[in-house]
Amino acid sequence: MVENRPVLDFICHLILIAGVVVVIFPVYIAVIASTHGPYDFMSGLIPLLPGSQAAENYSVMLGTGISSSGTPPLWPMLLNSLIMALGVAIGKIVISILSAFAIVYFRFPFRSLAFWLIFITLMLPVEVRILPTYKVVADLGMLNSYPGLIIPIIASATATFLFRQFFLTIPDELLEAARIDSAGPLRFFWDILLPLSRTNIAALFVILFVLGWNQYLWPLLVTTDPGYYTVVMGIKRMATVAESFPQWNLVMAAVVLALLPPVIVVIAMQRFFVKGLVETEK
Amino acid sequence: MQSKRTVFPHRVLPYLLLLPQMAVTVIFFLWPAGQTAWSSMLREDPFGLKSSFVWFENYVRLARDPNYLGSFGTTAIFAASTAIVSIGVALILALAVDRTIRSASIYTTLIVWPYAVAPAVAGVLWWFMFNPTIGILAYLIRRTGYDWNHLLHSTDAMILVVLAASWKQVSYNFLFFVAGLQSIPMSLKEAAAIDGAGPLKRFWTIIFPLLSPTTFFLLVVNIVYAMFDTFGIIDATTTGGPGGATNILVYKVYEDGFVGLNLGSSAAQSVILMVIVIALTVVQFRYIERKVEY
Repeated sequence: MVENRPVLDFICHLILIAGVVVVIFPVYIAVIASTHGPYDFMSGLIPLLPGSQAAENYSVMLGTGISSSGTPPLWPMLLNSLIMALGVAIGKIVISILSAFAIVYFRFPFRSLAFWLIFITLMLPVEVRILPTYKVVADLGMLNSYPGLIIPIIASATATFLFRQFFLTIPDELLEAARIDSAGPLRFFWDILLPLSRTNIAALFVILFVLGWNQYLWPLLVTTDPGYYTVVMGIKRMATVAESFPQWNLVMAAVVLALLPPVIVVIAMQRFFVKGLVETEK
Repeated sequence: MQSKRTVFPHRVLPYLLLLPQMAVTVIFFLWPAGQTAWSSMLREDPFGLKSSFVWFENYVRLARDPNYLGSFGTTAIFAASTAIVSIGVALILALAVDRTIRSASIYTTLIVWPYAVAPAVAGVLWWFMFNPTIGILAYLIRRTGYDWNHLLHSTDAMILVVLAASWKQVSYNFLFFVAGLQSIPMSLKEAAAIDGAGPLKRFWTIIFPLLSPTTFFLLVVNIVYAMFDTFGIIDATTTGGPGGATNILVYKVYEDGFVGLNLGSSAAQSVILMVIVIALTVVQFRYIERKVEY
């Protein structure tokens, strides 16, 4: 704090409170809507206070779902999303920490080429190459399967890049000491590199979990079997149906359940998440 | 390229370590990207029975297609509006948080969580609030005399998707601005304050110039975000409508390819998008390099 200006401080708090209200309001409305009965919206306006149907709406969504939209109940969809999020986070961390280790701690022919091949993919989102990627996945027989959902998403250079940057900051003396003590590469990786990377792994895990959970277009393409629907893509189907049937209370219950897990992960691991986000991108 | 002073002498092991990532990269990135480039020069009938090599005809058609050029304009408006709104709001909030001491972490927690909300879900949330029949914001707007209907009015639809996209992105920009503000030395601000510069003057002459690298970085990231990650928002709310008013480039690739089955044109559009992404990556990478070297 540079100087004492009570009025300015007051204005800052007002701005922040207004900001927080705007940030929370859409979700507040969704939560409120999910506690009402289907006919409470017919008057033409959403009520602003909680209703009495919360337990009923949520148990309907978790247990049976909206049958007219062709989506399964929410439980299996939430489970699919969880599998996909964990698969993307863990898969990406494993393959990228290994390749970063190879690129930083070994010298071998085509090392630069390997690095650049990975680096090219840094910002090539799934959305710009959907058709051929879909074709590859279809040819490999991976439609309607967890590998088909997960593996094409884990190929991205961001995590490799982060680990590479981090490894470069680790003092060379550690490696020299390890080699004098005749530790092989795998032992060095397991006993020294991995423990040192713990914070980075935690940070990356949060970011990648959110990334995996929130995938939308990819699950939409590769799953035709409702048994593999993820919750984020399922919501769209429900919302489309809700246009014609008054089921907004149920759709909003699904929305709340779909956004809760990643939000909880981000808030619970906020310290790692903030560090990871700001450092990954810089 | 940087590496360690000492390295392990193994010959085979590094390839084994690289294998998983290279396999995934080649099979699911490079091969499909190459396929896209190849089929962007093919003309295929919708049943996939015949295809002929037509060189750059698909690109030429796109350059002459008013729908495609319109989609470029739509994307530009959408990306610019989203970037300006979310960066502006995030900067104001970050400046305010920087002045508070004890409550800063509570405010931060309350502001950052929308990062975790899926674009498609964010879209549904805002769509619900602006729903012409039951939406609360649509109701309030109608009270002021304006007939809000994003299903019919293209401006309303654009405002809706920009708000949903910005709402989700503010948290991200906010964190970077907070980190940027914290890295500005206190002594600079104090020196300016002793010389009689008020908060506004300090912002324009010291804080904002020192934040400009962060702002530039966020500008690039936000443009990329608005161009690609917002697919879910568009698909869950307007599906490109009304009348193509929110049909951004990445949505058009999907629509022409998967729905319209115009494969050559869709591939050509993908290639154009890839070139844009690569150009933006290069810009960003130069920024990173400058940042590291100082």
